[in-house]
Amino acid sequence: MQWETVIGLEVHVQLATQSKIFSGSSTQFGSEPNTQASLVDLAMPGTLPVPNEEAFRRAIMFGLAIGADINKRSVFDRKNYFYPDSPKGYQTTQLDHPIVGPGDIEIQLANGMKKTIRIHHAHLEEDAGKSLHDDYHGMTGIDLNRAGTPLIEIVSEPDMNSSEEAVAFAKKLHSIIRSAGIGDGDMSQGSMRFDVNISLRPKGEEKLGTRTETKNLNSFRFMEKAIAHEVDRQIEILEDGGTIAQETRLYNGDKDISRSMRSKEEANDYRYFPCPDLLPVIIDDEYIESIRADLPELPDARAIRFVEQYKLSDYDANFLADDAETASFFETSAKISGDAKLSANWVAGELSARLNSDEITIQQCPIKAELLGNLVLRIKDGTVSSSGAKKVFEVLWAKESDDVDAVIDQQGLKQVSDTGALESIVDDVLAGMADQIAQYQEADDKKRKKLMGGFMGPLMKASKGQGNPKLFNQILAKKLNN
Amino acid sequence: MFNKTVKELSLGLAQGEYSSVELTQHYLDRIKEKDGAINSFITVTEENALNDAKAADKTRAEGKGSEWTGIPFAHKDIFCTEGVKTTCGSKMLDNFIAPYDATIVSNFKTAGAVCLGKTNMDEFAMGSSNETSYFGKVINPWSDKEQLVPGGSSGGSAAAVAARLTPIATATDTGGSIRQPASLCGLTGLKPTYGRVSRYGMIAFASSLDQAGPMARTAEDAAMMLNLMAGHDAKDSTSIIKDVPDYTANLNDSIDGLRIGLPKEFFNEHLSPELQSILQDSIKQLESQGATFKEISLPHSHLSVPAYYVIAPAECSANLSRFDGVRYGYRCKDPKDLMDLYQRSRTEGFGDEVKRRILIGAYALSAGYYDAYYNKAQQVRRLIKNDFVTAFEDIDVILSPTSPSPAFGFDSKGDDPVKMYLEDIFTISTNLAGLPGMSLPAGMINGLPIGMQLIGNYFEESKLLNVAHRFQTATDWHTLAPKNI
Repeated sequence: MQWETVIGLEVHVQLATQSKIFSGSSTQFGSEPNTQASLVDLAMPGTLPVPNEEAFRRAIMFGLAIGADINKRSVFDRKNYFYPDSPKGYQTTQLDHPIVGPGDIEIQLANGMKKTIRIHHAHLEEDAGKSLHDDYHGMTGIDLNRAGTPLIEIVSEPDMNSSEEAVAFAKKLHSIIRSAGIGDGDMSQGSMRFDVNISLRPKGEEKLGTRTETKNLNSFRFMEKAIAHEVDRQIEILEDGGTIAQETRLYNGDKDISRSMRSKEEANDYRYFPCPDLLPVIIDDEYIESIRADLPELPDARAIRFVEQYKLSDYDANFLADDAETASFFETSAKISGDAKLSANWVAGELSARLNSDEITIQQCPIKAELLGNLVLRIKDGTVSSSGAKKVFEVLWAKESDDVDAVIDQQGLKQVSDTGALESIVDDVLAGMADQIAQYQEADDKKRKKLMGGFMGPLMKASKGQGNPKLFNQILAKKLNN
Repeated sequence: MFNKTVKELSLGLAQGEYSSVELTQHYLDRIKEKDGAINSFITVTEENALNDAKAADKTRAEGKGSEWTGIPFAHKDIFCTEGVKTTCGSKMLDNFIAPYDATIVSNFKTAGAVCLGKTNMDEFAMGSSNETSYFGKVINPWSDKEQLVPGGSSGGSAAAVAARLTPIATATDTGGSIRQPASLCGLTGLKPTYGRVSRYGMIAFASSLDQAGPMARTAEDAAMMLNLMAGHDAKDSTSIIKDVPDYTANLNDSIDGLRIGLPKEFFNEHLSPELQSILQDSIKQLESQGATFKEISLPHSHLSVPAYYVIAPAECSANLSRFDGVRYGYRCKDPKDLMDLYQRSRTEGFGDEVKRRILIGAYALSAGYYDAYYNKAQQVRRLIKNDFVTAFEDIDVILSPTSPSPAFGFDSKGDDPVKMYLEDIFTISTNLAGLPGMSLPAGMINGLPIGMQLIGNYFEESKLLNVAHRFQTATDWHTLAPKNI
């Protein structure tokens, strides 16, 4: 049977506020355990939550970024469950009245097709602390530094049908979050975490199948693998005539295995109710508009600008505009090189390929944007050929130098563009190629183009690879066509 | 000396009749001598008190300080006090030394008042007789042959003030926990408008109903206390930003022409003839000062107890989840795993009434029952509030009974918790509506004091205190003291 995969995402995003959502503690990552846990974070008897306006601002920024409705009245609820990293015994979250209502996110797929993924809502809530199971000899340590870090949970509709779509959606969200400064989106620190709901249905069927939820995926790669794994698992069960159990699963990306965490029957009754310590939050249009006015440029708008301003292709523009860091890297190097298209080619091509193969982000890139700009400038002004530039790139990537011109000199990659010198090389080479010249001159225009290449090899050889190929071409054409 | 009010003691300190150390020692001695039989204190902070008294004397000697400098008082053990055991009447917090001061606590500290200790209370403020305290029951100082309850949950505060072990005490009221013990102990107690007083550092029972207030002998002392307690607190987002008047300023205002409503639902055939006649006498007294009375209706008041016993337990079921044995408070011995740690710590750390309310609350919030219980109760709460809003359109104050009867014997309500819950039948609706209410002594039944309740419109504590003070100027019920003190 042909199966259709249906995927919906719940994404937890830590907001880039200085302090926590309901206390004044710092949200900084990586401090000594419990050094950022105040009386409120420890849930000391008698303590009360005080909302942090910055968390609201950032949640509203997200809503505006995806064109969603901002709810002018939102309500915090208590979600009751016992766990040591949840010090109050409940999580303060929003159930029925979230801050951000329905919105849309457009994704672009590798084949160039676009698809709209609907956002059901996004709500504000507090993060939990961490249970540390490893270091305490059979005991569990509790670190409440993260407890109370503001989050938005973004809930999509089940609008995705493949891991490619889900990953494209996740990347788009990541790009919006980072571009707008809503969060740092640093997945290695858990700043963005994905829960993936997956179900299958026979192709053509309208009714959704039973879904599973795979929790807490913290990289695009694991997400892709986890979806593939879960889809395979479900297909196997269904093809064997089995049924899918509604459950929450945990995926181990290193081993590519998953296990059931809890079934629907074991699911908690969270006994949600409005938090009586927090009044409903009322915001007005003026406040929303003031946030809209401060909203930085978002990826879609940036892509349109790149097409208009730099005459890039749609594909390149989208690729470069998607991520604020990449976009800024491109714009910096384009400014220095004075050639936007060539800069775009290098950032989207050589540089991105290396970042991917080394599995590092553009912030960790060993070549800074200015340096790449210098390199592209030397290609543009003819100092170095494209193939020579690739050699320079390697040296720069290895961080052996940060001076493009010095590398070109040291490696002897400087192109010879002195037409007198080139002409004499051409004369010398042509002197030994009488047969080829005759063949060329008897050929028609179409054939001539092909035969021209036969002269370039020996010319480059004779110039030890330093002859400017463009100029060689011009000189050759002049001589042969005489 | 122990019969003096705060107002009088403050004058005595100012005129050098006695020092704060002398005054404080006087009360500490009385506590030592008398409290064995009453059990109104859980913790007496003798050393701290004497140190604070010394400091207060020094401040006064330098010509500084306030009217409160050097005045001894006590805090209900529901308020976190830095460095001092704060138990909330529970085994769960028997070992809990609070790491910070509640806002109320720091208000009294800043004013220079001298805290004698922490008063007994029903466990987590859940009870109307002080029988649920882990630290033993509190005996009403008015008890004669039979031991009687002081009321609850602020029974320790009430008993301590009634026995003159402290001139005043702080208290809290979620469904009547200030007013009912005030009624049963012959005191003047006030529950302010919800949001008037900060809840920060006050261990939560039911967050949308809890409010701290004064327990005193006179309306004048209550007004002085409220001056210290009221005001917005940035640490409590439900506290309201609104100017705080001087509550002592209008105590003597004439009540000529004041319109007082008598809810017909509260003056019904179940009211005892004795209480009926006490209330009639009070009405006549106020009439003689020019107040006018009219019957009003609060048609949904019969629903207040059922609604309260859904909402308060629902909120408490979540509020008390933090007592899990993990970070502070009671932890069971040798837990074998996390579930065991939770289950036994909470089973062993909480008393029966607390467990009962957690269970009721968790049930009312659970899937499939939420709409029928919690949502319905919230709807009823709105109706009750609207009743009051309508009533206050053409009256200024409501007068009613506070408690159905004077102090009763221990275990007299039997095993039926609902009988105990009905103790608060006249007081609960003001908590549900968020209105201010107070109780003041109105007469005696069989040698026991009983109070009447005044309910005001939102933020009209001044008006309540004004009526109470005028009543106390013309009567002496509030001056009566138990025999054996």
